[in-house]
Amino acid sequence: MNNQTEQLDLQHLEDLYREADYWHVNTGGRPIHAKRMPGRYRAYKWIAMTTWLLFFLGPYLRWEGRQAVLFDIPNRQFHIFSVTILPQDVWMLAMVLLFFSLLLAAVTSVAGRVYCGYFCFQTVWTDIFTWIEEKLEGPANKRMKLDQAPWDATKIRIKVVKHSIWLLIGAVTGISFTLWFGDALQLWKAYLTLQAPLVAWLSVGIFTFFTYLFSGHLREQVCFWLCPYARIQGVMVDRTTVLPTYDFSRGEPRGKLKKGVDTRAGKQGDCIDCKQCVQVCPTGIDIRRGQQEGCITCALCLDACDAVMDKINRPRGLIRYASLDEIEGKPSVSLFKRPRVIVYTSIMFLSIAGIIYGLATLGSLELKVLHERQPLFVMQSDGSVQNKYELKILNKTGQDMRIQIRASGHSGLQSIGIEEALTAPHGKVSAHTIFLRIPGDKLLAERIPVTIRAQDMDNPEFFSEYESMFFGPKR
Amino acid sequence: MSDRKNPTGAPDTGHTWDGNLRELTNQPPRWWMITLYLSGIFMLVYFVLYPSIPTFTGYTKGVLGWTQMKRYEDSTAEIAAIRAPYEEKIKSLPASEIAADKELVNYTQRSVKVLFGDRCAGCHGAGGAGNPGYPVLADDDWLFGGGIDTIQQTITSGRQGMMPGFKAMLSEQELNDLTLHVLAMSKGGEHAPGKELFVNKGCVGCHGMDGKGMQMIGAPNLADAVWRFTPANEESVKYTIAHGVNAPGAAETRNAVMPAFGNQLSETEIKKLAVYVHQLGGGQ
Repeated sequence: MNNQTEQLDLQHLEDLYREADYWHVNTGGRPIHAKRMPGRYRAYKWIAMTTWLLFFLGPYLRWEGRQAVLFDIPNRQFHIFSVTILPQDVWMLAMVLLFFSLLLAAVTSVAGRVYCGYFCFQTVWTDIFTWIEEKLEGPANKRMKLDQAPWDATKIRIKVVKHSIWLLIGAVTGISFTLWFGDALQLWKAYLTLQAPLVAWLSVGIFTFFTYLFSGHLREQVCFWLCPYARIQGVMVDRTTVLPTYDFSRGEPRGKLKKGVDTRAGKQGDCIDCKQCVQVCPTGIDIRRGQQEGCITCALCLDACDAVMDKINRPRGLIRYASLDEIEGKPSVSLFKRPRVIVYTSIMFLSIAGIIYGLATLGSLELKVLHERQPLFVMQSDGSVQNKYELKILNKTGQDMRIQIRASGHSGLQSIGIEEALTAPHGKVSAHTIFLRIPGDKLLAERIPVTIRAQDMDNPEFFSEYESMFFGPKR
Repeated sequence: MSDRKNPTGAPDTGHTWDGNLRELTNQPPRWWMITLYLSGIFMLVYFVLYPSIPTFTGYTKGVLGWTQMKRYEDSTAEIAAIRAPYEEKIKSLPASEIAADKELVNYTQRSVKVLFGDRCAGCHGAGGAGNPGYPVLADDDWLFGGGIDTIQQTITSGRQGMMPGFKAMLSEQELNDLTLHVLAMSKGGEHAPGKELFVNKGCVGCHGMDGKGMQMIGAPNLADAVWRFTPANEESVKYTIAHGVNAPGAAETRNAVMPAFGNQLSETEIKKLAVYVHQLGGGQ
């Protein structure tokens, strides 16, 4: 009996050791040279990647005589087509960020790390870099051989060309980034004549360096060890999430295909252990071990497996987009009955509503009134009480405005300093001082609310009101 | 078993704890070493470029010649260059013309605020709010006049009004009557026995028949709602009538002296202060 228990424990330990041997953490000790294969998801990936063309081409769009999208940091204004956003409206940026973070969450809960697999700049740039690598050095096995080959003239030539192109892509990336923050054509001219501002050169330098480092050298290591999204998104998937999944019930027991053995006989699963799915994986994982942190759900293993299934005359989809429930044969919950989808999409709608509200009420004129506190009020020689206000008028339009100021809130209110129209220069906050007076015998409270209204004299539909206070002596 | 803990067979220091913990002599990660060397190089470059090593007589100056003082001077020079065009204009223009130029007024208000706080607010309060015994600068009642040139004159040469004390000349009853009249005047009324005294005892000489005062000599307007000495009650008014203001030789007299700043501040500074005070709310 005792002897038997010991036997069992040893057996258990042996299993653990085998698992530990198999278990491998990708710390970049061995570079991943993924095989590239054509296929359906490969095509999707190319299409998704084209969204990044916007990043490169966007700055050259013109709109109403200037750059369509310009983040003008020195002048503190963002131009997005015909909308000008000043620092006062930047709360809408928070709404935009909220929208995209929720979009990320919603998509992840439905279909896994779609962003990582198809859209992320790390994925896209790495894919372009490895595409160039393949064009220059050949397919994956050749690349591995070249890495180990001694340094001869050919190897040096290939490597120099490759790294130069990588650096060039990095530089173009950096330049394109900076073009969003200044006039694209002028900035190009400044780069070509070596007269760009220091901050522009620094940005280009930093982008070049990190593009080269991340896409050329670190690659999947960024996803494994640097990227927080990877970890966040990892916990957002659940049993209903559709992910590239290996159908173990169909594939197991796996085994090498031998002549004369019929897989359909039931002794062997459909997986012929050809490891193509591992070969093509850009992060070097084995999808057959289930969903794991290294998987960016790029679905390239689906292409690889489908190609093999076609060759051995088995139906496609041994590895396919499927949820854990589906694989285990449980019924799936319909999309809009999942609480997470409902919550995420409703917050997304709220943030969109916020942005629409913001854009719709993006006034042309904004008035802020600061009540002078030292002194809070001044007694005048005729017995009236005077209050001083500083008006801050923000003119968001492209023209200077003539502003008429009106104060209301008390029948005895007299205004001083606003007999003539005030001039509010465009795109700026201008400060003006006004005084309000109320005769002492008519001021019956220690403080009364007053409303100050600023109106554009040429376009009366542009106006802004501000509630302030009028202070008097204690009663 | 032990092979699993040291799969690469790295050499160890020979130290073993608890029977099985060995200290391996693995190299630190390469990136870590590179960073270490880079920081060393950074330090060397820094030592060459910037002041760094103390010596017995001073310190190494560094080839860039950088000093904190120079950095400070450069920054202040930068600000002075921005201010220069305004300062030039203010220097060459009279105060009245500065007050008419909105941009210059804006500049003046911001640039002289600190000076006002240093030299004026001690008595007149922040924003010219006034203090007990010291006039409010933000109202429209002026002892010597609220024109901008007059204000400039006031700051330059100072002011000192004078009112004799009437304690010796008037009886207690007369003092009370006069007090009531002065208080009534500020509300537009009068107190008949007091009014007679006001005319006969010489008050009109400075304050005028209607009590409106005389800015030439700084005699305050008694017919308005603003009081030179607060609180505006019988006790305070009576005290002023009895003991006067700046009355020579009288120990109990009220003191009301505006010192001259002509020898302490530059003309430009005074001009700016005049504009600032003029803009506080009551300039005329």
